[in-house]
Amino acid sequence: MSIDARIADNQPDSFAFTRENEAEIKRIVAKYPKGRQASAVMPLLDLAQRQHDNWIPMKAIELIAKKLDMAEIRVLEVATFYTMFNLKPVGKYFLQACTTTPCWLRGSDNMMRCIKDRYGISSGETSECGRFTLLEVECLGACVNAPILQVNDDFYEDLDYASTGALLDSLEADEPLPVGSVTGRSGSESASGATSLAALKPAE
Amino acid sequence: MPKLTVNGIEVEVEDGSTVLHACEEAGVEVPRFCYHDRLSIAGNCRMCLVDMERAPKPVASCAMPAGEGMVIRTDTDRVKKAREGVMEFLLINHPLDCPICDQGGECDLQDQAMGYGFDSSRYEENKRAVEDKHMGPLISTTMTRCIHCTRCVRFATEVAGVPELGAIGRGENMEITTYLEKTLASELSANVIDLCPVGALTSKPYAFTARPWELNKTESVDVMDAVGSNIRVDARGSQVMRVLPRLNEDVNEEWISDKTRYAIDGLRRQRLDRPFIRGRDGKLAPASWDEAFATIAAKLKKAKPNAVAAITGDQCDAESMFALKTLFDKLGSASIDCRQDGAKIGGVRAGYLFNSTIAGIDEADALLIIGSNPRIEAAVLNARIRRNWLATRMPVGIVGPEMDLTYDAEQLGDDAATLAAILDGKSKFAAKLKRAKKPMIIIGMGALARADGAAMLGQAREIAEAYGVVNGDWNGFNVLHTAAARVAGLDLGLTPGRGGLDVAAMYKAADAGKLDLVWLQAADEIDAARFEKTFTVYQGHHGDAGAHVADVILPGAAYTEKDGIYLNTEGRVQYAARAAFPPGEAREDWTIIRALAGHMGINLGFDSLAELREEMFELAPHFAEQDEVKAARWAKFGSKTKIASAPVATAHETFYMTCPVSRASETMGQCLMALQADAARDAAE
Repeated sequence: MSIDARIADNQPDSFAFTRENEAEIKRIVAKYPKGRQASAVMPLLDLAQRQHDNWIPMKAIELIAKKLDMAEIRVLEVATFYTMFNLKPVGKYFLQACTTTPCWLRGSDNMMRCIKDRYGISSGETSECGRFTLLEVECLGACVNAPILQVNDDFYEDLDYASTGALLDSLEADEPLPVGSVTGRSGSESASGATSLAALKPAE
Repeated sequence: MPKLTVNGIEVEVEDGSTVLHACEEAGVEVPRFCYHDRLSIAGNCRMCLVDMERAPKPVASCAMPAGEGMVIRTDTDRVKKAREGVMEFLLINHPLDCPICDQGGECDLQDQAMGYGFDSSRYEENKRAVEDKHMGPLISTTMTRCIHCTRCVRFATEVAGVPELGAIGRGENMEITTYLEKTLASELSANVIDLCPVGALTSKPYAFTARPWELNKTESVDVMDAVGSNIRVDARGSQVMRVLPRLNEDVNEEWISDKTRYAIDGLRRQRLDRPFIRGRDGKLAPASWDEAFATIAAKLKKAKPNAVAAITGDQCDAESMFALKTLFDKLGSASIDCRQDGAKIGGVRAGYLFNSTIAGIDEADALLIIGSNPRIEAAVLNARIRRNWLATRMPVGIVGPEMDLTYDAEQLGDDAATLAAILDGKSKFAAKLKRAKKPMIIIGMGALARADGAAMLGQAREIAEAYGVVNGDWNGFNVLHTAAARVAGLDLGLTPGRGGLDVAAMYKAADAGKLDLVWLQAADEIDAARFEKTFTVYQGHHGDAGAHVADVILPGAAYTEKDGIYLNTEGRVQYAARAAFPPGEAREDWTIIRALAGHMGINLGFDSLAELREEMFELAPHFAEQDEVKAARWAKFGSKTKIASAPVATAHETFYMTCPVSRASETMGQCLMALQADAARDAAE
């Protein structure tokens, strides 16, 4: 997707961090040696995104640049490098679907198809109801339970066409399923149950 | 000093060198796109792959430090194949638009594709589409051609000191842009065009006007400022098409300022292409050379010697100044002045030279700037100060208005009291100067071109002496000129002699009606209106301030249209060569003076440029030593009079329009407007 398409056309006129976040920024910046405050750019972008409806307006980028004594373009470079930073509004449920090889081998295409069938959206688009935004992303780092769909901050694992539908149902009802594998397996244990050290199953 | 073997040749390289340096040392050419000598190492184009013994795969030679005993091969099949692979990847998204690309014929990618490219592409998908970016009136962009070497980004951040360019997005979606597509606000911005190894960033004013192979290339010297940047003037027929930098490590390295590069379209506009005489109706009418000379000769014959005055401009070559000086000597007038801004300099050479030399900036460890904005007055020199500051964080103090120099500089104040406080050690900056081993002072025309300039100069000299600015081999006392002609003029003695008038006295004499004739040799930075009542001869190339008040206009040649000698602010002697012919009936300036002298029956003692130069070398032998700087002996200069309370200013407010050529340039006008528009937008926010 071109950069222009990734940045919102309608930008707010101003942005300011809340008082709690200002205190948090102080704490974060203090973690880095003097003169290296630019290292705090990613946590600050994250704070801005969380504070501002899950997307970062340009005014926030300029504010962060000023706070960290960086050039504005340097902050924008970071914000555009990572797919986790949204530069335009997204739905209440921001779906990041992993389609990298392990997920793809384990059927991420079905997961994607389910989303497309329901809302008619492809990567980078928001559903008509405005509540769901889909983004195809690179490896989410949970290949053992592939395929993965990240909903806002949470991972849903072992998805197929039907279970993706069930997950979306629960999101539409604003009663999300429990986080983790939708098949109910614990952590990353074998899908067919424990095959070794079965006797040492941890106590519930 | 590690020793390496490259293709069987043993080489020894400096500590901290890379494998690429070692290859160059061994005379082996290594293709590269992202690597550049004067920028930090990025290592992202992968074109410079070489084989290293015991390495499992080819290594990027630009980023691999040279180590003792390394065995490097660049001629193996694996290297060739690896480079061909890199080239294929680079070409996947690169459009096949060489026939309509301005970089064609001087394109690194084109050249290297001849060595490492395939004859056809295996890539059948769509090439990536990228929107072009706006980067101001100088840089034209075609971003589909970009190969993401990031040279431009590194240049803007490191050398120019304006971190406005960046690479946003990543992978296939990476794009080079300025923040919100603002104009790149640097006086050195157009150097990114030279740096771009492909046709992504090309020259906007030069777009689609010429191909490199149809241009005549002439080595010359720039006159837009007093740095004396070495340039190459590319002309087609009689038209100068473009100006490019020429390498000179001691002066401009390989950069030039935007004004140097782009003011040249001013050479085509508002030119004086025939003689004019002001008629009885007060209007200038075209005339022949003979008529013009006759009019001047009649005036000169009636005039009293010292009531005939001359002012030479900021861009004159040494020869034309020398010719005028010789003529005035013969006329018996001592009223000649090359300091049209009224700068109180001259006499002791050390008092008007950039004594440390420009390369000496690299050694300085503290800097005091008085009445100068080097970023505007000498952009390339300012980049050198910035480089030193980046490496050493040397303290920089400014006596003058607040300014953004692209490095941290402490504004100490802007009046006489500030200077006095530095001299008696009361200023905080005094301690920093004291600690420095090679302190440097740069004093500009903002301090010297005022009524109390001599006192300023004297005060600066005292500070220099008090803080060891002049010690042993080190002389860090530097005058930064704004006029390319100034040092040559002073060296040739174009200052009023006994009974002669300086510029200020000429104004007064003109007001009182006591001036019979004033000769302006391309002098336009004067209060021309004050010569309204005086008979004025304007010899020059542009219809600027001087020509408006002229009674006789003698059309001369601009700097690209004559062979000439220029001395830069260091006193470096540089020879410029003619790249094009002056328009219409305009002539090289020394020949005009020679012709007038002939008309009046005066023998100037030379009939050719060679003879003129011989005469000139007798007066100033160092002019014969091309590219040499003759060091000046330290002596007493300046005065001890009182400094007025007026704040110290700088010579120019803005960078772009400072001389007749740049004022006539449309491109410079666009730059100025873009700058003002961006400033207005910032102010509105």
